[in-house]
Amino acid sequence: MAEQAIVIDPRDSVAVAVMELSSGHPCTVRVGEESRSIELKERIPFGHKFALKRIRMGEGVLKYGEVIGEATVDIEPGDWVHVHNVVSKRGRGQGSQEAAA
Amino acid sequence: MNFWGYLRPNGQVGVRNHVAILPPVFCAAGVAKRIAAQVEGAVALDHVVGCSQVGFDLEITARTLKNLGRHPNVAAVLVVGLGCERLKAIELAEDIAQTGKPVEICTIQDLGGSVKAVEAGISIARRLVQQFSTQRREQFGIEHLAIATECGGTDAFSGIVANPAVGIASDLVVAKGGTVMISEVTELLGTEHLLAKRAVNQGVADQIYKVIGLSEDMLGRASANDCSHKRLALISPGNVDGGVTTVVEKSLGGAKKAGSSPFVGVLKYAERYSEHGLYLMDTPGQDGESTTGMVAGSCQIVLFTTGRGTPTGHPIAPVIKVTGSTHSFQKMFDNIDINTGSVVDGLNTLREAGEDIFQEVLAVASGKRTKAEVLGHDELMTVWRPTSEHEVAYGCGEWA
Repeated sequence: MAEQAIVIDPRDSVAVAVMELSSGHPCTVRVGEESRSIELKERIPFGHKFALKRIRMGEGVLKYGEVIGEATVDIEPGDWVHVHNVVSKRGRGQGSQEAAA
Repeated sequence: MNFWGYLRPNGQVGVRNHVAILPPVFCAAGVAKRIAAQVEGAVALDHVVGCSQVGFDLEITARTLKNLGRHPNVAAVLVVGLGCERLKAIELAEDIAQTGKPVEICTIQDLGGSVKAVEAGISIARRLVQQFSTQRREQFGIEHLAIATECGGTDAFSGIVANPAVGIASDLVVAKGGTVMISEVTELLGTEHLLAKRAVNQGVADQIYKVIGLSEDMLGRASANDCSHKRLALISPGNVDGGVTTVVEKSLGGAKKAGSSPFVGVLKYAERYSEHGLYLMDTPGQDGESTTGMVAGSCQIVLFTTGRGTPTGHPIAPVIKVTGSTHSFQKMFDNIDINTGSVVDGLNTLREAGEDIFQEVLAVASGKRTKAEVLGHDELMTVWRPTSEHEVAYGCGEWA
């Protein structure tokens, strides 16, 4: 693996930084077979996520090939993706099967 | 593939040969701890429950304590009663004795106080430890092993390497005829459709949806009705600092501990498994309650993934700590047994890391002591107490 960031599933819209990454630098990530370069807009702490593509407000954020939550604002490629711009509706009152559908 | 274990009279196999000092009520916990402290080879299964409990609540406590006493890692049991508790020492002892192992009782009120009870208990425990000290390990196949999987102090690498590597080890255990459990239902929200697809039949799939749904409904009601924001308990501040953003993200990573085997059943809290294979046990997300539930369910070893590092252990089941972070491994070296951060560092593959964990399970099953054991950590002994919300949601009986 020995890379700066990992994309777990080719469908994912985020990558995970495996070291602290500074803003303004291009970061190369492998998505499936291809390599892509993303310019980081912010400092990304170790273990945190950044966007690989534009994610519109309300759109699902994909990690592990699954929706982990919805964007609360428009997220641009290279943005830090965390609790300030993503929220999950799970565990808030609606039934799990309904929410999963 | 074999391991060296201790044969019990009922055919179960222990990986340890403990004499357990077991109080039915917390009032006797101090005496139990003092007896265990004086007798090498004895462990106290002390807890804070058992007083004035009724119904569903009492049933769960009773099942947990009985099944801990029946556990194959326990060679013999000394039940230390107070005398006036609802779960009587004799009831606990008679249930455990059905396994054929020696069970003795000392009761504080009958003996005339804690000093006399400690004295009597030390003498009994000393005799039991000496009796089992000559028992030798014999070889057994993996079908005699059950492994609990647990995570605590999750960071972003738990889901990327530590949990998937444990998942590979879980698949190896199940493929060789053994048993694996995953629990912490509140930390599986958002994965139920993926888990249910792996159920061996529709009944098991329905139970997976049911237990995760019930847990989410309770969280929803709790966060709608009061100002305690119970939902926030799903993600700790440490999880957020470590890069975990939502409960679903944590769940997807956590579920990887269960590997890819089919689910053969859903177990109630602290319920013992029957057939071999992969199970979901209905437990809350707290490390102690969850681990104690699976140990009571007859798991002999716990595979515990931790991102940020935690020292905890269980008095009767060895706990193997696995991290996905080389940084945490180095920083918390005294408390973490295996580093899968090597996969992130490019030093080995996930498959190799999973096989290493499986080999460590066999070594620990055969007598190798984990770091938590050597350092005497036993904090994970915690009996789950359901709230009145659980009692209402679960109804009377079915899931009690």
